Amino acid sequence: MSTRLATHGRLLDKSRPLTFTFNGKSFKGVEGDTLASALLANDQMMIGRSFKYHRPRGLVASGAEEPNGLVNMGEGGKFEPNQRVTTTELFDGLTCKSQNHWPSLDYDIGAINNHMARFMPAGFYYKTFMFPRFAWKHVFEPVIRMSAGLGNAPKDRDADTYEHFYAFVDVLVIGGGVAGLQAAKAAGDAGAKVLLIEQTAHWGGRAAVDGGTVDGVPVQAFIDATIDALDAMPNVQMRHRMMGAGVYDHGYVLGYERLTDHAPKTAGPRHRLWRICAAQTITATGALERGLSFAGNDIPGVLLASAVRDYAVNFGVSVGDRTVVVTNNDDAYRTAISLKEAGLDVPVILDARPTGGGALADAARALGIRVENGKAIASVQGGKRVTGVAICDQAGEGAVLEEIRCDCVAMSGGWSPVVHLWSHCGGKLNWDDDAVHFRPDPDRPPTGAKGEAFVITAGNASGEMDLHSVLQDADKAGKSAAKASGHAPTRTAAPTGESAPEAVMMAIWLMPHGAPIKLRAKSWLDYQNDVKVSDIQLAAQEGYESVEHAKRYTTLGMATDQGKLSNINGLATLANALDAEIPQVGTTTFRPPYTPISMGAIGGEARGDIFQPIRRTPMQGWHEANNGDFEPVGHWRRVFCYPKADETREQAAHREVLATRASLGLLDASTLGKIIVKGPDAGKFLDMLYTNMMSTLKPGRCRYGLMCSENGFLMDDGVVARIDDDTFLCHTTTGGAERIHAHMEEWLQTEWWDWQVYAANVTEQYAQIAVVGPNARKLLQKLTDEDVSNDAFSFMGWSDLTLGHIKARVFRISFSGELSYEIAVSASQGRALWDRLLVAGKEFGVTPYGTEALHIMRAEKGFIMIGDETDGTVIPQDLGLNWAISKKKTDYLGKRAQQRSHMADPDRWKLVGLKTLDGGTLPDGAYIVGEGVNANGQRRVIGRVTSTYHSPTLGYGIAFALLLHGPDRMGEVVNVAMIDDVDVPAQVCDLVFFDKDGEKQNV
Amino acid sequence: MLILECPYCGVTAEETEFHGGGEAHLTRHGPDSSEQDFEDYLFQRENPKGVHFERWRHVNGCGKWLHAARCTLTLEVFGTYNAQTFEPPKHIKDAITAKRPGWTWRTFS
Ligand SMILES: [Zn+2]
Repeated sequence: MSTRLATHGRLLDKSRPLTFTFNGKSFKGVEGDTLASALLANDQMMIGRSFKYHRPRGLVASGAEEPNGLVNMGEGGKFEPNQRVTTTELFDGLTCKSQNHWPSLDYDIGAINNHMARFMPAGFYYKTFMFPRFAWKHVFEPVIRMSAGLGNAPKDRDADTYEHFYAFVDVLVIGGGVAGLQAAKAAGDAGAKVLLIEQTAHWGGRAAVDGGTVDGVPVQAFIDATIDALDAMPNVQMRHRMMGAGVYDHGYVLGYERLTDHAPKTAGPRHRLWRICAAQTITATGALERGLSFAGNDIPGVLLASAVRDYAVNFGVSVGDRTVVVTNNDDAYRTAISLKEAGLDVPVILDARPTGGGALADAARALGIRVENGKAIASVQGGKRVTGVAICDQAGEGAVLEEIRCDCVAMSGGWSPVVHLWSHCGGKLNWDDDAVHFRPDPDRPPTGAKGEAFVITAGNASGEMDLHSVLQDADKAGKSAAKASGHAPTRTAAPTGESAPEAVMMAIWLMPHGAPIKLRAKSWLDYQNDVKVSDIQLAAQEGYESVEHAKRYTTLGMATDQGKLSNINGLATLANALDAEIPQVGTTTFRPPYTPISMGAIGGEARGDIFQPIRRTPMQGWHEANNGDFEPVGHWRRVFCYPKADETREQAAHREVLATRASLGLLDASTLGKIIVKGPDAGKFLDMLYTNMMSTLKPGRCRYGLMCSENGFLMDDGVVARIDDDTFLCHTTTGGAERIHAHMEEWLQTEWWDWQVYAANVTEQYAQIAVVGPNARKLLQKLTDEDVSNDAFSFMGWSDLTLGHIKARVFRISFSGELSYEIAVSASQGRALWDRLLVAGKEFGVTPYGTEALHIMRAEKGFIMIGDETDGTVIPQDLGLNWAISKKKTDYLGKRAQQRSHMADPDRWKLVGLKTLDGGTLPDGAYIVGEGVNANGQRRVIGRVTSTYHSPTLGYGIAFALLLHGPDRMGEVVNVAMIDDVDVPAQVCDLVFFDKDGEKQNV
Repeated sequence: MLILECPYCGVTAEETEFHGGGEAHLTRHGPDSSEQDFEDYLFQRENPKGVHFERWRHVNGCGKWLHAARCTLTLEVFGTYNAQTFEPPKHIKDAITAKRPGWTWRTFS
């Protein structure tokens, strides 16, 4: 069994006991535990089940590479699935539950898949779910949905907060082991601004576990002294619990800091996403141990040798009482020695190398441990827990020589440098035949904005595996990075490290070498996604020769651990199956983040009210106080309508229309875009921008204009007022101001840069109120002494007026067909004017109206709306707006495009009005169908509804539609298709439904 | 995250301050142009593996349009310059030649 040792536990504070629960059961741990070590201390070896076969799964590793130890953690707003127990620091009151099983961890129905394994080979899903088609909807999809995904999705809103940080440094050092510490020291000594980050809560990495001396003192003393030195340097900042998540173009790095995961009751943000701009980045990310492929290597109790050592030394936990060590290198001997020194039993060390190990093997033998060279594990015995191993020759086919009882197997297949961060942005790798791993090629680094190398590796991450060369390499890395970022490194020598010399390792990709299919089908590579040696071999046999294809076919390395443990073993297996060399097969692509980061951290502060800032008009307070029912329009919130008491939205909008048409309405039109275009060439410029002629507009007058893209498509419309010879005021649609201003700037700066024109977006400088209805002039006249009669102030004119003490610019324009004035005042006067208009308008029953009434009135009058009648594929000619396109102008943006054959095609759908025969209202976006069917057997579509309303003025439904040969069909009845219902007949009619002669506005 | 220098305000800033605007040095073809010329102007774009000229706008900064000479393969930036020009200035061409001898792009080299 696994249990807490009386001695050991260098990271623990045993005087501070903690309580936590796993699957509702209460457990004890101590301060300094990870959730993983605490579970082991309570003999909870089995932690979950695998994804495909639901096999029992226990811990394999002690760090970020752990594939199995994932739990649902927390409750309610603190709930989060897939939390890795090896990187979760234990805190008092932690609650967690195991994942991927039903009904319970011990008894799981899905485990039946395990007995079906023979029938679920690699590519099973692809092969099985192809046919028949109907089975997808009724059989496969429901089953997959039931069993898909590890863990549960959170149900409540995340109760935590998150934030982003920005940092600009000369040298970023990722990894706080001895290499990172020494590199930071060397860069810091040179005067560089250094940020040193470490993903765990501890500095020094695994050096203190592995032992050795630096400059004659124990490595822990060196670590402590270096931390003190770095702490004292004002140019060095150190953050632990912070991972280097990804390295991106031009030296941009994302750091992921976990501030309160270990102490969730602490105030403040939970995670912090650091957006770091670093001139040079040093990746001192260490190395990860690989497992060995032998039958039963996934049974709980089989762990990496380094993990078994970590649990004993760091956390005072024995994974088992009797541990068999199996290895192809010297490092695993350190585990055997640590266990023996902790008073635990190591019945045998199986060293697959015929010649065995070096000094560490001698040390193990001296402790009385039995060492067998050239031997291997034929199979592991046990179900939910290891009970023993069968031993065989590595060279043979697995004939069992001996069976040994044990409850833990510590395996080591060698070490792979963590090259992820080096590779994220294009750093290349070389295969090292002696060390049996990929290591960074310093001659092919990631390059930055000036073509310079911007990532340097240090220590194990470089492929330097012994303490002395780690320190030398790290010191050099720190000095190089400082130099590359403009600092002069010191001439001090790197510290001298001393550790036990190691004998050469041997590549072992399958154990035993000639393992038959029966064993290979039980030799796991990817524990989380259930990929075995036999699956990779099958993929190769079926032609998936590229490592990227084999990965996707088998799902190797596609689980939440992204194959940190399995990828190298998997691609070596693939290389063997293809009879190719490992470097020829190559690696899959390393993509950020290094380990999963929270969605909350990515979102940062941008949640709720500040997800996207809302723009407010000066009258917004009044709208809110008067039951304004808002809708989003661009970044604005506009009032849709102002419902009274029991009114529905529709009833309110209809009342607003009728009141406006009968007497007087008020609209907050402040959101309309307002752009000043000024300069001697302003008229010439607007002639290019609008389809009609603007340069002939007289000061004091207004003109409606259309704006097209160079593609010919209608992009915006609005009224232009000429203020003086050099100055125009261009109105744009709500939400269009920034886009149109940018459009103007683009053409001014990049095409007609010699024209003397400025454009300024003054949208927010003005409040604008539309005063609309038969009594509009009477209201205006109440507020000014100046003559506003039709003779003095005619339609499509504008005038500067003083309304009381408020200076205003008044435009006599109409989007409703009524007598109408749009009054612009400085934004600060907007609310005052609004209030004054309400008081003065009382005698006329003044009625504020919203966007829905605005839309209905414009539709009744046949006016188009950008975004309703246009969708980026519509040209003005489609909308019958030829009257607004100048025939005299030789050029305007979009003119040439509108001459192209497709644009001039008479079969383009054209805009017409539609009236239902029964007076009902058509659904928005409905299709108009013609005779017959298309090539797919679908009904032939000849048009679509673009706008549709019930007109309270007319008492029936009105609509606009883009229709094939529309204008030629006046009076014709067409069929409008309904979803799941019979067609509705509608008659094609003129666009202008109301007051066609404009008698109401021209008074 | 690309880092670009704005040639107008002199700021060296991250990509998020800028907005990409596609290929640089296009010649506008208007109403008198042939179908082919107009189509090329509107739709046909270079897709080089290597030296490329692009338009960017310092949109969250001074608002000016600029041009960048950049390697699409390594993302190395050879230089940025004003957009009010018909071809890359000599110092930009020289900077590219120093790094990518023998480069060509459309009619430039
Ligand atoms: Zn700028």
